[in-house]
Amino acid sequence: MSLILDKINYFYSKGTAFESKALKNISLSIPDGEFIGLIGHTGSGKSTLIQHMNGLIKADSGNVYYNGQDIYDKDFKMTELRRKVGLVFQYPEHQLFESTVIKDLLFGPKNIGLSQLEAEVAAYGAIKAVGLSEDLIDASPFELSGGQKRRVAIAGVLAMSPEILILDEPTAGLDPAGRTEILSLLKSIKDEKGITVILVSHSMEDVAEFAERIIVIDDGEIKFDDEPREVFKHAAELRKMGLEIPQCTELMGRLADAGFDVDRSCLTTEEAVTSILKCLNL
Amino acid sequence: MVNFDKVTFEYIRRDEEGNVESINKALDEIDLDVKKGDFIAILGANGSGKSTLARHINALLTPTEGTVFIEEMDTKEEENLLKIRQKTGMVFQNPDNQIIAGIVEEDVGFGPENIGVPTKEIWERVAFALEKVGMTAYREKSPNNLSGGQKQRVAIAGILAMKPECIVLDEPTAMLDPKGRREVIETVTELNKKEGITIILITHYMTEVVGADKVYVMSDGNVKMTGTPREIFKEVELLKEYKLDVPQVTEIAYRLRKEGVPLPECILTVDEFMQCVRS
Repeated sequence: MSLILDKINYFYSKGTAFESKALKNISLSIPDGEFIGLIGHTGSGKSTLIQHMNGLIKADSGNVYYNGQDIYDKDFKMTELRRKVGLVFQYPEHQLFESTVIKDLLFGPKNIGLSQLEAEVAAYGAIKAVGLSEDLIDASPFELSGGQKRRVAIAGVLAMSPEILILDEPTAGLDPAGRTEILSLLKSIKDEKGITVILVSHSMEDVAEFAERIIVIDDGEIKFDDEPREVFKHAAELRKMGLEIPQCTELMGRLADAGFDVDRSCLTTEEAVTSILKCLNL
Repeated sequence: MVNFDKVTFEYIRRDEEGNVESINKALDEIDLDVKKGDFIAILGANGSGKSTLARHINALLTPTEGTVFIEEMDTKEEENLLKIRQKTGMVFQNPDNQIIAGIVEEDVGFGPENIGVPTKEIWERVAFALEKVGMTAYREKSPNNLSGGQKQRVAIAGILAMKPECIVLDEPTAMLDPKGRREVIETVTELNKKEGITIILITHYMTEVVGADKVYVMSDGNVKMTGTPREIFKEVELLKEYKLDVPQVTEIAYRLRKEGVPLPECILTVDEFMQCVRS
């Protein structure tokens, strides 16, 4: 499957005195099986952009094509798109509402007309995919820890068998171990199911380590769309946009500037250590 | 300034008849002594008790056992409440939940107005507070159009207008972008250094902690480690056991040292790393 955004423009409060342009001429191609990081400061248009991807917001001009079909076409089944492009909002655990974990997970699949049995297969598959113990299925979501609740919320979207999974800051408020757990989980879901993961994040370290491609959005425009290594070469521009580069990339850049023969594009502490040791012949 | 004496707090769950269903000990005999003007950071995994501890400082919660003193005032005494809440303000995670007025200056003035400060003085306090957080230019703007970092600074200004001696920030940067995070941390650091306000910062971002005077590491309702950032962050393996981490540069230096690279123990910032390399 593929999702193509072609010259999308969108205005907030169109036709009022407060009209302002939220997205400017956005063109993007989202193929299968990619781990994409989407970064940008608060108000840059990230959330507006991802809501175009499953048709929650309709562009003022431009087109979105899902498997070659124009999603704004009268005959297009929007419900199908919403199922295939799963959106996990910020603090998704606030949206858990059923009395038990399993009821919450069954809600979505049943809502789209699956039988009890099909829905259960989907729900149990999702529980397994997010690494939750089956002992927890009858627990109230409110008895779970923050990280567990977030897994349940992600499982709820996975139970709909999406082909693209978009998550808006899925690690906000989690401790470092919890962050790593959720991010590794997303990577394994991507690897095993071959789905595309789009991670909206304010943590440069996280996208540097996990994403294969980074899209940088600023003032409603795409500024960079490239491999992390390429994107994080633009430290000055990123800072101007209210973003950063990972601390290890900053360190390596400064070492290289000071004359050390190290790789300034290192994205993880692992890479940095290897590069420095190599430079020192150790 | 803030003193915890063997503080225990239990979340007690009851069924419909009022019988105790379960007891969850969130704080377990915590001792804490924060001096006036200190910059304290509290680290800990989700569910370790950080927020419960924070809510004891301005008496949103009171201990099941033990006592919390805010400058000799027991938080359990009802008549101390107003004074305690003036002395210690709290900033929470979500900026959107903390702003109530339609204009920045009205939001900042809400607290002092509420406790009956004369109008003229309210405006003086508002002007002072907004200047301190660098938001004077937005005084007459709607908070809706501010960035997350700016909203948090307005929330901090609202507390400053109460002339507090201590500000407790519970993950104030969790929802902010990198620039917003930096703005908030710079603002609280400056309030600590220039105004002598005691800061208690709870965070999951290790890099925000390196400037603190003292770090407390919590796990399972206990304080497991106490020390300067340098004393804490040299325990790389132990921190990982507590589901925490160290700044990337600290981790790199730590691993290089293990490989025999002659670096000093526990480097906290990129600047420090560069200095060591040069000398």
